[in-house]
Amino acid sequence: MHELSTSILLIIALAPLAGAVLAGFLGRVIGRAGSHTVTILGVAISCALSFYVLYQLVWGGAANYNHDLYTWFEIGKFNASVGFMIDRLSAMMMVVVTFVSLMVHIYTIGYMADDDGYTRFFSYIALFTFAMLMLVMSNNFMQLFFGWEGVGLVSYLLIGFYFKRPSATFANLKAFLVNRVGDFGFVLGIGAVLYFLGTLDYQTAFDAAPTLVGQTLHITQNHAWSAATVIGILLFIGAMGKSAQVPLHVWLPDSMEGPTPISALIHAATMVTAGIFMVARMSPIFELSSTALSFIMVIGATGALFTGMIGIVQNDIKRVVAYSTLSQLGYMTVALGVSAYAGAVYHLMTHAFFKALLFLGAGSVIIAMHHEQDMRHMGGLRKYMPITYITMWVGSLALCGVPFFSGFYSKDAIIEAAGESHRWGAHYAYICVLLGALVTALYTFRQMHLTFHGKERFKVVESHGHGHDDHGDHHHEPGVLAHAPKESPWVVTVPLVLLAIPSLLIGFFTVGPMLFGDWFGKAIHVSEAHNVLAEMGAEFHGALTMALHGFTQTPFWLVVAGFAITTYVYIFNPAMAGRIQRIFKPVYVVLDRKFWVDEVYLAIFARGGVKLGRLFWKAGDTAVIDGAIDGSASLVQRIAAGMRRLQSGYLYHYAFAMILGLILLLGGFWWFGHV
Amino acid sequence: MSNHLLSLLIWLPMAGAVPVLIAGARGSASRWIALAVAIATFAASLLLLPAYHTDGAVMQLVESTPWIASLHVNYALGVDGISVALILLTSFVGVLVIVGAWDVIKDNKPHQYMAAMLVLEGLLIGVFCATDALLFYVFFEAMLIPMFILIGIWGGPRRVYATLKFFIYTFLGSIFMLIGLIYLYHKAGTFDMATLAALPLTMKEQSWLFFAFLIAFAIKIPMVPVHTWLPDAHVEAPTGGSVVLAAVMLKVGGYGFLRFSLPIVPDASAHYAWLVIVLSLIPVVYIGYVALVQEDMKKLVAYSSIAHMGFVTLGIFIAFMLVRDLGNVDAANLGVQGAMVQMMSHGFVSGAMFSCIGVMYDRLHTRQIKDYGGLVNVMPWFAFFMVFFAMANCGLPGTSGFVGEFMVILASFSANPWIALIAAFTLIIGAAYTLWLVKRVVWGEVTNDKVAAMKDINGREAFVLTAFAVVVLAIGVWPQPLVHLMGGSINHLVQQLAISKI
Repeated sequence: MHELSTSILLIIALAPLAGAVLAGFLGRVIGRAGSHTVTILGVAISCALSFYVLYQLVWGGAANYNHDLYTWFEIGKFNASVGFMIDRLSAMMMVVVTFVSLMVHIYTIGYMADDDGYTRFFSYIALFTFAMLMLVMSNNFMQLFFGWEGVGLVSYLLIGFYFKRPSATFANLKAFLVNRVGDFGFVLGIGAVLYFLGTLDYQTAFDAAPTLVGQTLHITQNHAWSAATVIGILLFIGAMGKSAQVPLHVWLPDSMEGPTPISALIHAATMVTAGIFMVARMSPIFELSSTALSFIMVIGATGALFTGMIGIVQNDIKRVVAYSTLSQLGYMTVALGVSAYAGAVYHLMTHAFFKALLFLGAGSVIIAMHHEQDMRHMGGLRKYMPITYITMWVGSLALCGVPFFSGFYSKDAIIEAAGESHRWGAHYAYICVLLGALVTALYTFRQMHLTFHGKERFKVVESHGHGHDDHGDHHHEPGVLAHAPKESPWVVTVPLVLLAIPSLLIGFFTVGPMLFGDWFGKAIHVSEAHNVLAEMGAEFHGALTMALHGFTQTPFWLVVAGFAITTYVYIFNPAMAGRIQRIFKPVYVVLDRKFWVDEVYLAIFARGGVKLGRLFWKAGDTAVIDGAIDGSASLVQRIAAGMRRLQSGYLYHYAFAMILGLILLLGGFWWFGHV
Repeated sequence: MSNHLLSLLIWLPMAGAVPVLIAGARGSASRWIALAVAIATFAASLLLLPAYHTDGAVMQLVESTPWIASLHVNYALGVDGISVALILLTSFVGVLVIVGAWDVIKDNKPHQYMAAMLVLEGLLIGVFCATDALLFYVFFEAMLIPMFILIGIWGGPRRVYATLKFFIYTFLGSIFMLIGLIYLYHKAGTFDMATLAALPLTMKEQSWLFFAFLIAFAIKIPMVPVHTWLPDAHVEAPTGGSVVLAAVMLKVGGYGFLRFSLPIVPDASAHYAWLVIVLSLIPVVYIGYVALVQEDMKKLVAYSSIAHMGFVTLGIFIAFMLVRDLGNVDAANLGVQGAMVQMMSHGFVSGAMFSCIGVMYDRLHTRQIKDYGGLVNVMPWFAFFMVFFAMANCGLPGTSGFVGEFMVILASFSANPWIALIAAFTLIIGAAYTLWLVKRVVWGEVTNDKVAAMKDINGREAFVLTAFAVVVLAIGVWPQPLVHLMGGSINHLVQQLAISKI
């Protein structure tokens, strides 16, 4: 057993930062090519070394790494450090993050080619990679929170990338604030960890975690909650913000205001999975509270089903994928809730590949459509862009969980784990994730049909102007293109192909060890009593058998049903969609209005907050406090005016009142001091 | 020289004000002299770092000369880790306000402005050095005069109302302190602060003194409900006045709590800690909402200052609950450290925020949020700084704004989770008012022709904002040096809290 080199780990984290700083501050000096070169170089170095680290851990016989780099603060017995904990869990995350990031960097060269903010964009995504790496490589809660908020900052900057659009600056503010609601819980959770376990260091905290059993936190005088439940739920509230769980999911669909590459990187593959990663990382703590895990499961299951349903009625190609992400995050959360942490992280990995692929594919379509995102103006694109078409199908089948595709192994395992679990709420969760399979198929195939199949619903008018993302507000006429759609350049299609490969294959080759083997080792802790994955693992006889068995299972037939329905409705009988919409109008309205969650939040928190602020300001500060101050000032003035007439008239009235007060008070002190 | 270093730090800027005045309004001589004096003071303050030993239980670099012999009043100076940190803050900000005012005050008695700034700087350093209570009081009062002048002469249209309100409020508070000090002198026969700290006092005496000190320092820091002078003073003050006011003068209130309330009346402080904690938590929510609806940028940042200073008093007084009720000395240390780091951080962040507003004001001569919009289109570098400091203002990790709040919230949780819960609300409301400001001012389309004509920051402005940014980032990335500098003294102070004087 040998140690990983600290220098290599530092380079992995800092190379993207160096790229971000160079592109950010010297963007004008080094130019566009210079900017994308330094950032891609930084992330590529990081990616290569991440693969090396993973290799060393899995095959090279390297020991897990857990060291502090420097002391952030040290006060009494409390200290916070900056350091790295590298085991298979973090190494896998590093590989996923840097690989998807690298693909997105390359893709961006094509996608943002005509954009004024080109260098700024590269600086941001490289900075994001740095923050995300700090998050996953951390060995303590403080640094975790640093990375956590760091990715939030970059997400804020990128959602508002087209800062001239009111919708973009609304969306980024909303995203930051909703995330802050989660962070509010997260910080308190860290406070609870420090209070009960006396440390911010992961390993020390995990070692001490068993002492939480039996400890309670007094909520009121005679009411107490279990310490593990409090910590678990508070930390999970943080995950609800970052990983967009119901009811804090509202920011993610709006985040689609950002350019498509970052929707793929940040709002699908990596940042939004930070919450999932965090809970898996904290498994020694979460395992102690079935209450917290039930809470997590119910939240996740609700999101998995209901946000997916919203996806069925979306017309914006990116928003379909966004709601799909919400739904898939719900699946991962359900897995966490049934103690199948490895299943959650495994789905995180496969999802990162196929969802990044779907987003980048959607972006490729958007380029071809000259920044038209409405699927009602697409159709029949398959013959114009075959590479995008085929890779999107790979991503879609993986997303739906069709056997042999990577998504099948991870998603099917989650559905089955929910079915096997005996935890409170598991029945509900099972029904949600099972129905979710049908919902997934409905929105996915609807999207594929509307985009690539059927009749072309756009016109090509040669003389027409060329619309663009950054001046998207005064858009060209919907559905009218300046020239025919064509396949995107190689910088776009190569990442699609490179992401399609793992989307197709990675499940088949890794399911045995990662899901059912003890691949994660001590990085994930599950207590014997509810280790559903181990129970399922007993019946696992290889990836091939599992896939073949999958063809006989309910989820697969739900997907087939979804395909049949959407194919009939959108290919063979296009008028049907409108008819269904009319027949089920109430349902359609509920979904189209997204269960009115946004409206309610806007009314209560945004408008209500401003009203409350006005009330406090006008009634509290202005009327009561200043009213009293100014009132007493004018009282003094009146008295002093009287006094002035009595005296010489030159005494400054305020000062006089004070001296008078001083004498009275001195007298008072003297009096009380002597009695 | 090192045994008169503190005197040098106090009197160098004040004496330096004389040649600045003599140099007169014409030409740039007065500005250059003022800058040289400020830089020399800052350089001299850096000598404190090697000279000061961080074990910090006793005052160091002490000087003492009889001043008013008949009353046993001494010109007595000394510093511990807390003072050193605040002196460094003062001298650092001292340089930046001179640079910041370079062209801005050019046509309106610049020599007097610079001189007032230098005098103010010397007096502020004096407050942080004094170990004799009467000397402290003299500096404490005297610093009102240059600030009064700064707002009164270079202020905005309602400057008379603002200066009076500012002066009366703070003067009223300090009167109470003076009475308390006279009472203490009456008991102890000296104004020496170390002697006063060791003086046995009954609970009744302590309670009276506690409230006398509370009024003085609560107004200064300021706490709800005696905070309304601050927004008015900020709105009318010139940029440099606002920067010093927010960055340093408010800290005198927090410093006063640490120097007077805690050591001299620990039992009353412990008994009434709940009151101060409640008064610290109210601003987090109440002032947060008030800040949200401000239409004037300076008022918004002023209200945000009040909310941030709530963390200072919370961190200081939570220590009593932790030490006395729970015996958790480490968590108490964490709380007081958090309060001090918050003070330092707020000094840099609020100074930078007011400097940013100054940059905008110099170009458009309005502070109304609605007059701006889309600055990022015409002033990208300014936008970079503005967003950076806004993020520091909402406590983003990696900036100094996070460190203090984080420590105080962690310490509060150990005292009572509900206190932490209310304090942590700042994460949401702080981000809401700060980033909504950014949304309306920085992002969006250019809203009018005046904004369209705005020029990006010049080298001088970039220097000021960069200097602030470097410190904000440095403390955020590695707070340990600052924590270590103050650690010994804070630990000593916290140990004292456990000991009853009754």
